[in-house]
Amino acid sequence: MEFFLQNVVNALQWGSFYALIALGYSMVYSIMMVFNFAHGDVFMTGAYIGFGTASLLLALSAALGLGLPGWTILSLTIAVSMVLTAFLGVLVERVGYRPLREAPRASAAITGLMIGIILETGNLALLGARRLSFPDLIHSTTYNLGGVFVTNKKILIVAVSLALMYALHQFIRKTRWGMAMRAMSYDFEVVPLMGVSLNVIAPLTFAVGSGLAAAAGILYGLAYPVLDPYMGVLLGWKAFVAAILGGRGSILGAALAGFLLGFIEIFVPMIFPSTLRDLIAYSIILLILTFRPYGFFGQPHSTQLRL
Amino acid sequence: MPLLQVSGMTHYFGGLRAVHRYHLTLEPGEIRGLIGPNGAGKTTVFNLITGIHTPTEGKVELEGRSIVGRRPHQIAALGLGRTFQNLLLWRHMTVGEHVRMAHYSQLGYGLIGALFGTPRRIAEERRVAENSMRLMEMFDVARYRDFLVGNLPYGAQRRVEMARAMAIDPKVLLLDEPTAGMTPEELVTMIGTIRQVHRDFGVAILLIEHRLKFVMELCRRIQTLVFGEVIAEGTPQEIQRNPHVIEAYLGKEEIA
Repeated sequence: MEFFLQNVVNALQWGSFYALIALGYSMVYSIMMVFNFAHGDVFMTGAYIGFGTASLLLALSAALGLGLPGWTILSLTIAVSMVLTAFLGVLVERVGYRPLREAPRASAAITGLMIGIILETGNLALLGARRLSFPDLIHSTTYNLGGVFVTNKKILIVAVSLALMYALHQFIRKTRWGMAMRAMSYDFEVVPLMGVSLNVIAPLTFAVGSGLAAAAGILYGLAYPVLDPYMGVLLGWKAFVAAILGGRGSILGAALAGFLLGFIEIFVPMIFPSTLRDLIAYSIILLILTFRPYGFFGQPHSTQLRL
Repeated sequence: MPLLQVSGMTHYFGGLRAVHRYHLTLEPGEIRGLIGPNGAGKTTVFNLITGIHTPTEGKVELEGRSIVGRRPHQIAALGLGRTFQNLLLWRHMTVGEHVRMAHYSQLGYGLIGALFGTPRRIAEERRVAENSMRLMEMFDVARYRDFLVGNLPYGAQRRVEMARAMAIDPKVLLLDEPTAGMTPEELVTMIGTIRQVHRDFGVAILLIEHRLKFVMELCRRIQTLVFGEVIAEGTPQEIQRNPHVIEAYLGKEEIA
């Protein structure tokens, strides 16, 4: 039983990364009708921006003799990196996707892949091929809850992820932009006639998705403090699978599927050899998609015809 | 000064001439009908006025200001509301959300407000909520407030679309076949609704319609569009007697 619960905790942590990244895929898809294949690398860039911000804050704190506690630096790092990475998302939309609004969707998807490669290789050119180790901002403490070992970092990761998802939910439900996003996920024809500009909503969607990816990057850096330029590739693809599994364009679906993916990946090696983990985990997902090709909450077809 | 003035508006889709020298002078508070057989270009006229397409030639002026070439969201914010022939509602959203969403351009709060709920946002949202409720009551859809629009009776969906169009506080309302697919009872209700909108908001209305009886009931002046050209304009009686209109609707043999 303890063993089981232990794995639940681990699955929740992994699920948080997948869910946060999958949300960005899903949000952009619901409006642009294309998966932003640069998103995994936006996550990587977010982690690096987090690394830079944290290092800068640590240096500042030391130089000025402020002695800021790790928690403060971590909170500031998350906030600043989310904002900076959101601007990266706006840039990706402006440079990569806006000129291709009327183009076939395949062209836009290819553009996304290329932007991803540019981010990876740009990072290599800028920082070199060495790996960076994410600063240890908070000291790991382990709590023993009836035989289940939980670290403060794991609690933090899951809590911050859930809080961000709740904030996103509120944003989408309650604010005028959120409602405009939801309406635009249905059509482009009518929404502008309500006085809403696509050139505001599309970049905003990229910004929100990228901000969430940055948060995922920093949380990932806390748990696995090794950064390399290709860290976003596999994680990005897996989160993409979660977005598909949740149902293209579904926010709730993306979050749930992200966690489900975490659970499958953690629990498969309990039964099967761990070298077969991904093979079996993704076979299960393939099987689910065979029966639910549109994912959990996806629509069988979309009314949206262009962009 | 006329509220909406269109002159010499021509539009080509590739080599196909969809609208030819369309003209319209809509005075404040007027209800004007636009009739014509299928494919005559009526909806294209709406799309040209609202900026979905930009006319190849011609002028469109709202209160004396040219709106040709402006983006649809700018034209909407200047005071042009419309509904659609085939009911373009957001089927995954509730009635209340539709009407609230349509207040978008009247809300001014920024992202900080969206994230933290500033007093400004709270005040603005309250005003929007009140106005939305008033509109939903006026269009008799308040009881469906939390329903997804897809689950509503057809006539109610049409009224939601109208409430949404009125939420942008338009000066001119363009209604594209507001009775399409309606039962005779719903049709009678719709006549009442349009009259009420006209009276309570003082909005000028341009109405596309297939059912002649409905147009005759509501409009003092009617235009007939055939193959993208206005072939007749006048009072309902004049239109009914006009041989070109009869020909367009019924075919040549029947007049002979």
